[in-house]
Amino acid sequence: MKSKMLRGITAVAVLGLSVPALADEEANLVLNEEIEMTVRAPAPDHMENVDMIYSGWVYRTDETQVMQMDDFDNPGMIGVESASVVWANVDGSEGKSCASCHDDAETSMKGVRAVYPKWNEAAGEVRTLEMQINDCRTTRMGAEEWKWSSDDMMNMTALISSVSRGMPMNVAIDGPARETWEKGKEIYYTRFGQLELACANCHEDNYGNMIRADHLSQGQTNGFPVYRLKTTSLNSTHKRFRGCIRDTRAETFPEGSPEFIALDLYVASRGNGLSVEGPSVRN
Amino acid sequence: MAADAKPRVKVPKTATAGEVITIKTLISHEMESGQRKDSDGNPIPRSIINRFTCDFNGQNVIDVTLEPAISTNPYFEFEATVPEAGEFKFTWYDDDGSVYEDAKSIEIA
Amino acid sequence: MKLTRRDALALGLGATAASFLPHRAMAAADEAIAEFTGGATPGEGGLTLTAPEIAENGNTVPISIDAPGAESVAIFATGNPTPKVATFNFGPLAGSQSATTRMRLAGTQDVVAVAKMADGSFVQVSSLVKVTIGGCGG
Repeated sequence: MKSKMLRGITAVAVLGLSVPALADEEANLVLNEEIEMTVRAPAPDHMENVDMIYSGWVYRTDETQVMQMDDFDNPGMIGVESASVVWANVDGSEGKSCASCHDDAETSMKGVRAVYPKWNEAAGEVRTLEMQINDCRTTRMGAEEWKWSSDDMMNMTALISSVSRGMPMNVAIDGPARETWEKGKEIYYTRFGQLELACANCHEDNYGNMIRADHLSQGQTNGFPVYRLKTTSLNSTHKRFRGCIRDTRAETFPEGSPEFIALDLYVASRGNGLSVEGPSVRN
Repeated sequence: MAADAKPRVKVPKTATAGEVITIKTLISHEMESGQRKDSDGNPIPRSIINRFTCDFNGQNVIDVTLEPAISTNPYFEFEATVPEAGEFKFTWYDDDGSVYEDAKSIEIA
Repeated sequence: MKLTRRDALALGLGATAASFLPHRAMAAADEAIAEFTGGATPGEGGLTLTAPEIAENGNTVPISIDAPGAESVAIFATGNPTPKVATFNFGPLAGSQSATTRMRLAGTQDVVAVAKMADGSFVQVSSLVKVTIGGCGG
């Protein structure tokens, strides 16, 4: 029986101390024995303080890494399969399904996840995948909006992500998106909450270190939506942002807020070059 | 639970006669353990998949009894001998009486 | 030996704490294991239990068992509220007496696997799995 060799490395978990990696940070991710994923890359030019960027995958234990290597190991794929059914179902007053306009998701949605969030000229705003999906539903299908982190929405973003796996993230940060991007960058470096922590304090200053017993990543979003072992369910970026800010003991911004949309764009741009991995498996 | 449970099964399409193959099965299911309490403090009753079987052309490969300690979205990986061409039948039994099934054919190369 | 009141209290509390939780949990696990073996005491050897040293998250812990020639293998979580986890019964077309699954662990504890061999004997093996509290947000 094929099984990945488990490395038993005990780590001393003390906040702030650098310790030997629990995970194999040198490992490579090959999906379904065919798609080679880029889990480490030179940092994009706009990042001043980081030389190399790493996917959250490299920071997880061997066992967790294995769960993402085969679509039949990955519980996030259950959501993808559910969404495939929904994709073909008619919904709303116009009698359409996603398939009515977009045909087969594997073809029509290829490359989409890699460039979101992005500027929408007609709407005059930066849009995340969730916003675009809801726009299609309400405007073109006459169907109801899905809530940001509802199962329906997260399953659908998982489906749309899954067909772009292996492609490098490539969100635009210039032109009309620039202002939103700058706002996101400002939020990333702002300290929040009673604990006065900014995203950067953990994910730029301390990636690779332990925070209690957790192995800190760079907080990249190329793997979203993420199947978390902790919740045994998919999670959206905004749901995770809320969790992080709540953990600094602050009142967090709501999902879908302009602040989180801006942060979503900025954080996505920090991962430009890493492969789309969603739905990924994390702790 | 019944409506939502979706099986995902990985079986190779072909095998040589007598070959040992690896099978992976995953099914979506909350596996409510019976340990959790709702917001009023009342225990949420147990509701799990309690048994999983895999048969090939009528013969048993594996028969698993599941307890609440099996994680949400139960996963099993195991090996089967393929003596001839035929069909694998997978069955999951729910506490509430529902039965979920999947089947995969395999040919001899 | 004369014990001060303080000594006696400390001794008493210490002993109680040490015997209380783990003892209860072990008793329940022992009972469940005895139920599986019909009271027989398991031996060693011929059974491999693969479990992580440190679980990424207690909710979803991958484990594997391998017992060539076994009829069935049962898994127990000695520190869980209820110790039984799963029992694998191998049929005539099993390609090997091995299986992998994912389990829930309530906290750091010994995971125990017991195999019933073809000749009716039992063997047992255990593995300590550490379950940690995560970082921000657990």
